[in-house]
Amino acid sequence: MAQPDNQANQEEHWRKTSKLMWTHLGVWFFFGYVVHMFVVPLNKIVIPVLGFPLGFYMAAQGSLIAFVVMLFMFARQQDKIDRDHGYAEDDQ
Amino acid sequence: MSMQSAEKADFYKQLGRMYGTYTGAFIAFIILIAIIEKLGVPNRVLGYMFVGFTIAVYAIIGVMTRTAQVSEYYVAGRRVPAFYNGMATGADWMSAASFVGMAGSLFLLGYDGIAWVLGWTGGYVLVSILVGPYLRKFGAYTVPDFLAFRFGGNFARFLGVIVLVCCSFTYVTAQVFGTGIIASRFLGMPFEWAVFAGLAGILLCSMLGGMRAVTWTQIAQYIVLIIAYLTPIVILSTAKYGFPIPELTYGLAVQDITAREQQMIAQGLATTANLKPHVQPFLSYSPLNFFGIIFCMMVGTASLPHILMRYFTTPTVREARQSVAWSLFFIFLLYFSAPAYAAFSKLEVYTNIIGSNVSEIKPWLFTWGQLGLIQICGKAVANVADAVAACKAIAGHAGVIRLQDFVINTDVVVLSTPEIAGLPYVISGLVAAGGLAAALSTADGLLLAIANALSHDVYYKMLDPNAPTIRRLTVARVLLFVVAVCAAYLASTKPGDILAMVGWAFSLAMAGNFPALVMGIWWKRCTTTGAVAGIIAGFGLCLFYLVTTRYYPQAGVSYFGMSSLTNPQTGAALVDVAKLMADPKWVADVPASAANPMQSRVGWFGLNNINCGLLGMPLGFLVMYVVSLMTPEPSKEMQAFVDEIRKPRGKMILEEKT
Repeated sequence: MAQPDNQANQEEHWRKTSKLMWTHLGVWFFFGYVVHMFVVPLNKIVIPVLGFPLGFYMAAQGSLIAFVVMLFMFARQQDKIDRDHGYAEDDQ
Repeated sequence: MSMQSAEKADFYKQLGRMYGTYTGAFIAFIILIAIIEKLGVPNRVLGYMFVGFTIAVYAIIGVMTRTAQVSEYYVAGRRVPAFYNGMATGADWMSAASFVGMAGSLFLLGYDGIAWVLGWTGGYVLVSILVGPYLRKFGAYTVPDFLAFRFGGNFARFLGVIVLVCCSFTYVTAQVFGTGIIASRFLGMPFEWAVFAGLAGILLCSMLGGMRAVTWTQIAQYIVLIIAYLTPIVILSTAKYGFPIPELTYGLAVQDITAREQQMIAQGLATTANLKPHVQPFLSYSPLNFFGIIFCMMVGTASLPHILMRYFTTPTVREARQSVAWSLFFIFLLYFSAPAYAAFSKLEVYTNIIGSNVSEIKPWLFTWGQLGLIQICGKAVANVADAVAACKAIAGHAGVIRLQDFVINTDVVVLSTPEIAGLPYVISGLVAAGGLAAALSTADGLLLAIANALSHDVYYKMLDPNAPTIRRLTVARVLLFVVAVCAAYLASTKPGDILAMVGWAFSLAMAGNFPALVMGIWWKRCTTTGAVAGIIAGFGLCLFYLVTTRYYPQAGVSYFGMSSLTNPQTGAALVDVAKLMADPKWVADVPASAANPMQSRVGWFGLNNINCGLLGMPLGFLVMYVVSLMTPEPSKEMQAFVDEIRKPRGKMILEEKT
């Protein structure tokens, strides 16, 4: 609430929001696509104890876990940006 | 509308108590049925008890949460907490296809099938970072509401409604079809009756209370479906590997499958041509189509109206974001278990069926054989004698089942797992109740999306803006009923194309909605003309590609330069287009009959028609960008509105009178 709702604050808030968006989009692209492009070499590595080939594991579980974790982090990070600029909703 | 903190804490506590009790009661009910089964009550009765109990619970919730308030009807009063909205979204999202069909697809396709798992989860990242929370701040009742406001009026709204109906109607029909299949298989009703019985279940949940009723029943349905999905494989994993977390133990099963595959080839039970190694990629889809499916399903997720509108119900923008995270968590619980189902049943089939004598087939196979869902030696067989006869008919058959002698329908994998593992019937009944919950909850969400678009956007906003509350809600309910009956009627005719069309819904939503939603929020310079042109171009191209490749492949080849798709394993063409086009029988086949060998097998760049969004969406973005720059900048007021959407604090843009 410390910040005034002026043009500069608004632009700074949106700049940070956009940056966060691109960062998450990058991580999303990595776990959604890039890592699976290397499935053949990754499959040569076998996860100890569990026995999964790594390439298969990343598609069946690894990336999904990454997506879930990302979303909880994003909710937190975006909320922090909103709070820093005084644009967050009041806590009820 | 906003609640005091004490009142809110009280409400949350009450919710926790209610659903906690409900979960406990459901588990107690399962145990009760298990005891009744031991007393020798027939399976059919147990099936009715399961389905009857769960539907009764949904109906009670549906009636208890009936409402006469517009904001309650459309957005559940905007007070569904993030955690519970996540659960409701999970049930909304996971359809009959996810519950029953996905593990089966993974069984058949191996690694390539995982494209669906990835595509149907990763999209939530886009929902949260690009679209969902901003629409929540905007304060719409429906997705077309946003398009209408941002892009100057009813033409954009109308386009939004068309996209919504196109992608939701086939989808809802498939769900009604799914309820019919499950009810007919487990309750022994004729399919057509089962469809209308399922319809009654759907209407009970949604008609009186709209979004409010659907939300609270979907949470109850999620609890049923997740318990039903996980129970059989947890038991199986404990029995096989002594550890109750199947998602961790199936790595060993995957290893065993790979070893067994080589052994089968060595023993002559399979050939390198017909065996698709479980972990080897790009055997069923080319890399382009594999990544295309992931991309289309992900972006489609972020464009499907029945999913986006779930985030209109949270109390705040902050909770909308948290709610997306919870949604994916609850969806993840099912999706990361599906490959385990696939691996366990594949290992079972490879070790205990392939390579065994035809005369020693286990009896559970025949219950599915009777229904034509499992074939031995090319025949749906109902007993050992039939199976032996079928294999004898094949020249040089040694009486040992080879890989090519065994064909299984994808739906059977989940439904038969309890029998494969030799579990009591109570578990089968549980799985049926879970499948039914998955189909009903998705159907509810979709029906509500369609009926809301027709009643709110078309009737109230376009035809009669002065309609009083009571009439608006009556129209909404009547339309819901009409759409539901249409869907049930269509499902009862068992249309062959419907199931394939579900995949198309994602591509259509992606091409029609995604560019307009993203540009509307993230680019102030996007103009009305630009958006309208972009929606028409993107959606149009996607629809054109679908219809041409599926129904008019001859025209595609003759006029639009399409050529045959290729087999990803060998790189050879799937069909000999030149030869077929020279054959007068196929030249005249317009629209293509199901027998047309070119149907869905031609296209541009070897692109499957399920991935048509991959063509439509970029065109939509491009047209939107170029046309926007050619037309005058949007008004200062509109740009200020966009600024407002970007800040969670402050009033909603569109405050509806209630």
